[in-house]
Amino acid sequence: MNFRLLYFRTMVLRKQWLLLLPALALLAAVLLVPLGRSVLQSFGSPDWTLDHFRALFTDGVTLTVLARTALTALAVTAIAFLLGYPYAYLMTRVGPRMRGILLVVVLVPFWTSVMARNFAWIIILQRGGPVNSFFKLFGLDVVLYESVGGVTVAMSQVLLPFMVLPLFSALGGIDRKLLLAARGLGSHPVVAFWKIYWPLSRGGVVSGMILVFTLSLGFYVTPALVGSPKQSLVAQLLGQRTTQLLDFQGASALGLVVLVVTLVLVAWANRVGGTISAIGTVAAAPAAKDKP
Amino acid sequence: MATNGTLHGGQTGTQIRLTGVSKDYGLATPAVDDVSLTIEPGEFMTLLGPSGSGKTTTLNLIAGFETLTGGTIAFDGKDVGTLPPHKRNLGMLFQNYALFPHMTVAQNVAYPLRERRLAKADITRKVAEVLELVQLTGRDDHHPAQLSGGQQQRVALARAIVFGPSALLLDEPLGALDRNLRATLQAEIHRIHSEVGTTFVFVTHDQEEAMNLSDRIALFNNGRIEQLGTPEELYQNPRTLFTARFLGDSNVFSPLAIGDGKVTWENNVWSASTSFADAALVVRPEDVRLGSPPPDSNSVNATVRAVEYMGAYRTALLSFGSSGVLGRARLDAADTSLAPGQQVTAWWPVAQQRLVLSKEPS
Repeated sequence: MNFRLLYFRTMVLRKQWLLLLPALALLAAVLLVPLGRSVLQSFGSPDWTLDHFRALFTDGVTLTVLARTALTALAVTAIAFLLGYPYAYLMTRVGPRMRGILLVVVLVPFWTSVMARNFAWIIILQRGGPVNSFFKLFGLDVVLYESVGGVTVAMSQVLLPFMVLPLFSALGGIDRKLLLAARGLGSHPVVAFWKIYWPLSRGGVVSGMILVFTLSLGFYVTPALVGSPKQSLVAQLLGQRTTQLLDFQGASALGLVVLVVTLVLVAWANRVGGTISAIGTVAAAPAAKDKP
Repeated sequence: MATNGTLHGGQTGTQIRLTGVSKDYGLATPAVDDVSLTIEPGEFMTLLGPSGSGKTTTLNLIAGFETLTGGTIAFDGKDVGTLPPHKRNLGMLFQNYALFPHMTVAQNVAYPLRERRLAKADITRKVAEVLELVQLTGRDDHHPAQLSGGQQQRVALARAIVFGPSALLLDEPLGALDRNLRATLQAEIHRIHSEVGTTFVFVTHDQEEAMNLSDRIALFNNGRIEQLGTPEELYQNPRTLFTARFLGDSNVFSPLAIGDGKVTWENNVWSASTSFADAALVVRPEDVRLGSPPPDSNSVNATVRAVEYMGAYRTALLSFGSSGVLGRARLDAADTSLAPGQQVTAWWPVAQQRLVLSKEPS
């Protein structure tokens, strides 16, 4: 009996796998094969060598650019978090109508053309633009266009939805009765937030931060348009090496380093965030099952 | 059981006095409308009523989660109207337990003690003591999600009493549990009330729960207290039709023409006296008999609609008089003499009928 049931279920499962076939075929053709090729290239195939990796750490440029990219990504993540957390919190506290409006506002960057968005930022940030004029009121001549600062601002705007959406879903799942309970048990509202609400929201914070950080690492168009070639980020370096220098092996090695760093980071965050969001899910559905 | 520890060392609880308490959200009628109620130290007081009657709002006003729009609340004579919830020293039990999911059982129970900055050794001792009281010893390191609903509510109960609160507020704490478990936890709450000895304010819409547990019941209707009294008083002497209908089953005869020592319903003239101008006559199903009426009883013609077997007894569904008002009579479990459609005479001793106010006081 059991054996037959198992056999039947395995068959069903096997047939369900067929549904994945088109997607797998596409992924293999456009992702796995090229990725494999560039991994091989980075090791100098067919003449095996680690020179290309060694060059990354000794050419005096790559490391600087990598560090600048990481710092920019960190800054963007921090800005998106500082703006996104209160915003997502507000979204859980307003009525359905207002929530819809707030959602649309945060999604507008998604619906705007990449070019329109970036050129708009150029206009806003350039010399004589609104930002420059604003700082002049205080006697400061700040031009964010063609600087890492300007890139950070523009990227934060584009990536804000990736922070707000996971946060909104995490915060919306927190039972607000818990805050009442904490206050009833003797906690000042601020303490109740810090000891109860914040730990339960951490899963959403980690997912949002990982999304924004990893996406920032690979940003190309915004740094290329809003930033300066003198302060390029890693994606621009990659572009330069493939399209101008035709150094495919060096580019492959650099790409592989960025990929590995990103994967390690995501894996770590999944471990940290995974356990936290598992608790968060339980919090969202208190006592679904009642066993005497 | 540790009955003389610091948890419950001859505690008597706090007196909670509500005077003219109101809460108005700006809707058509206030949620709580001029409620005055004194809950005595150590008393088990139930706020009973249908949903929207103001009982939960009243509890939240006591807890400080809502602000008063009128009246005063005093604990042991001290006005607490402007005191925030975390300074009122009250234990609170919610329907969905409200346990902190990221903390273990022990951490949950220790929470109010940590907030009061007790020494570590004291916290450990008190947590162990209270977990024994609610019979959850050995579950210290479990997370709430690993416990059943009943166990979770015990943890919540432990957390709510561990710091020796002035009073315990219970907001439909058994509502989410299944029937058997509810009976078990009812007994548990009863036991813990007598062991801890503090004031309990219990909110429910379940009249059975209210009758089983309470010293006194405040029955809420439309933001006001309809009637206040012991369970026996409310069941035996309902003052209004609302009370009679909310607690237990009732046969209701209304409208009545009221005369001197007599009332008339349809063409039945019954001996009854009332000072109400607008009264209804109420008889409990267990007081209705079928057959020829003896002296000192009132009677009415009835048609049997159906007979339901309830295990310990049978219930006859009856329609009374010419208007066919529906009602019930309780029969012996062995009584199989009645058949649907049968014409009978229903009677009850005059002493068992109640005349209640049939219109809501305005």
